Amino acid sequence: MSHAHVNAVVIGSGAGGGIVAKQLAQAGLSVVLLERGRWHSPAEERKDDLHNQRTIVLGPAYGPDVAKNPRVVVNPQGAEQVVYPDQWPYQNNAACVGGGTVSYGAMAWRFMEQDFRMKSLYGVPEGSTLDDWPITYDELEPFYDQAEYELGVAGDVSTDPFKAPRRRPLPMPSLPDDRETQIMKPAAQRLGWHPFYFPMLRNTIPYNGRPPCMRCRWCCGFACECDAKTGTHNTVIPQALATKLCALRTGCVVREIQLDSRGQGRGVDYFDAENRRQVQTADLIVVAGGAIESARLLLNSKSKLFPTGLGNRFDWVGRNLQGHAYNGGLGLFEQETYDDLGPGGQVAVCDFNHGNPGLVGGGMLATEFIRLPYQFLGWRPADVPRWGPAFKDFVRQYYRRSIVVIGPSQEIPRFESRVDVDPKVRDFWGIPVARLSGADHPHNLKLSQLATDKAELWLKEAGATRVLRRQKTANSLSAGQHQAGTCRMGNDPKTSVVNQHCQLHDVPNVFVADASLHVTNGGFNPVLTIMALAYYASAFITKTWKGGGFK
Amino acid sequence: MAPTKQTLALKAARAHLNRRRFLAASLLAAASAPSLLYAGFEELYWRFLTLDEARMLAVLCDVIIPPDQDPGAAAAGVVQFIDRKLVGYHRGSQSLYRQGLAALASSSRQLFQKPLIELAADQRVALVTRWEKSDLPAETWKAVTPREFFDRFLDHVMQGFFGGPRHGGNRDAVSWRMLGLPQPPVRSRRPESPRRTQP
Repeated sequence: MSHAHVNAVVIGSGAGGGIVAKQLAQAGLSVVLLERGRWHSPAEERKDDLHNQRTIVLGPAYGPDVAKNPRVVVNPQGAEQVVYPDQWPYQNNAACVGGGTVSYGAMAWRFMEQDFRMKSLYGVPEGSTLDDWPITYDELEPFYDQAEYELGVAGDVSTDPFKAPRRRPLPMPSLPDDRETQIMKPAAQRLGWHPFYFPMLRNTIPYNGRPPCMRCRWCCGFACECDAKTGTHNTVIPQALATKLCALRTGCVVREIQLDSRGQGRGVDYFDAENRRQVQTADLIVVAGGAIESARLLLNSKSKLFPTGLGNRFDWVGRNLQGHAYNGGLGLFEQETYDDLGPGGQVAVCDFNHGNPGLVGGGMLATEFIRLPYQFLGWRPADVPRWGPAFKDFVRQYYRRSIVVIGPSQEIPRFESRVDVDPKVRDFWGIPVARLSGADHPHNLKLSQLATDKAELWLKEAGATRVLRRQKTANSLSAGQHQAGTCRMGNDPKTSVVNQHCQLHDVPNVFVADASLHVTNGGFNPVLTIMALAYYASAFITKTWKGGGFK
Repeated sequence: MAPTKQTLALKAARAHLNRRRFLAASLLAAASAPSLLYAGFEELYWRFLTLDEARMLAVLCDVIIPPDQDPGAAAAGVVQFIDRKLVGYHRGSQSLYRQGLAALASSSRQLFQKPLIELAADQRVALVTRWEKSDLPAETWKAVTPREFFDRFLDHVMQGFFGGPRHGGNRDAVSWRMLGLPQPPVRSRRPESPRRTQP
């Protein structure tokens, strides 16, 4: 079945797609927003500590459907395995209206100026594809600002001397200190570091017609019961729908992007919520399915002109798959540290994002979201048995007397780490599934060591009697919720997938708007950068597209 | 002085605590008398487990998380949790449990000349210790490996003991109370006046 032609079809309603849909609709374009998941509402949020997006032992609560969406993962030794979304090697990201922004922790970082010119600053480590972005921080700054104010970011970065220049403070203050902050902030200051209240997409005062955070313990991994946490599902997507120019279709799985006889994108072929084949033609196609699914869709869109996948003339689609290693530690304390005030994480340092002697990049370190009891078991030290009286004593003794400091380290991209499509395995709809292979760069282990050392130092300074280190000690496939890099932005079509306007080099009416674009992924959670790039790409589209072509 | 509302509430709380201590003490006694662990099991409706399997699991659960001043895994309803999940999300583990429990029963008879549920306290711990190390008579473990079953079972016990009560385990939120987590969680709490952003 064919639908009425529209100006733009946007594939994926997460951090990037939601914003593009709203920007284009408000500019007067007719938009169809396709989402493979469904709506989640605050009213149905069940606060299930075994069934959410962070603990997936009873499945990922915010999608995708476990049985219908296999992937193939190739481990560094070359062994292939079919995996499902409730298994960690899957590298899952949520699939629902709002994508990951419904259930994320909502850290809202700007990358630093240095993060956009890693090659110029550090050179290219052997075996890596490290490069500069084709745009600078200054070019993206207005769009970071737009994301912070339109969606709503809280925090206080005024005491972070390493931050990039910004035009104004964040629109909302941070929450009052929790007990971990009262312990960890002075400790960082004693070490001569520069702690501050990190930015979060979470209301701390009434904003955009939604209430402030009620500080419950069920935050990272859960939808927000009181709707204080901010995602595209409760901001830009409702605004897009309010224009009456945007139609959101849920339960829709896109099979391929179709081309017309001139090699331009003409529309998408998808399965609707009843698994019927549908075609939606459009003047513009925006791919925003996340770094793994966006690459898969382009690779599955084969044609005479692009026999190995759309935009894949030089074999760069799906390459440079990256995420973040998470490094840090759990400090055990004699005094109580737990105060049951969510979300838990609050204070961070950026003292080690750059300028680390002999190292390329680095990462931020922050206090961690509340650990629910089942999650806490993952921090058991190796010398405590897995069961029995000593195990029970450890959990009882330290659950309320421990602090986690943790952070992502900037990954050095590699060409060999990639998304491909599997020649045999297909999903429920018969579409070839994503195949993930490769491992991260050896340098990442050094960055992990540095971050773990600093976390240990910080916790000891704060009075921890013991620190259980979480350090990456072996290279592995890295993507996860911070998956990025697979449709790299660049000026040279031979070494990138899209140009500086997020437009496929070869097919100017097809855009990408998610973390696939990231040349490098910073030492930060990537969501605000995805949002800023979505505003940036939308601005280019609305400025230059004049019905039927670009002027 | 007439008791105020507050002192009455305090008294009620103390009485509750004493009741809990008494319960804990009886559970301690249960540790040495396994039959108390599964008292009443025959009255329950089991979805996947047989009564014998449920009894064995009760004994094993309490070796993993033994009762002390706080309840152990069996009293927290972990066997019921496992039974529910074996026809739900963990249905893929059905044959692992069926074959694994049969293998454990044989191992017990071979090593201790006793059915698993009749083992003495130290023998139960010895059996689980050897189970974790895959140090059990190989001829009884043909269909599944001890390690695979142990790791899966251990994780299910943790889910049932520490996870939300809605899943059938963690009865009366015993593990959350043990950890000092306010229960039920406070809802609709509003923050105090937030700090001002510096310019």
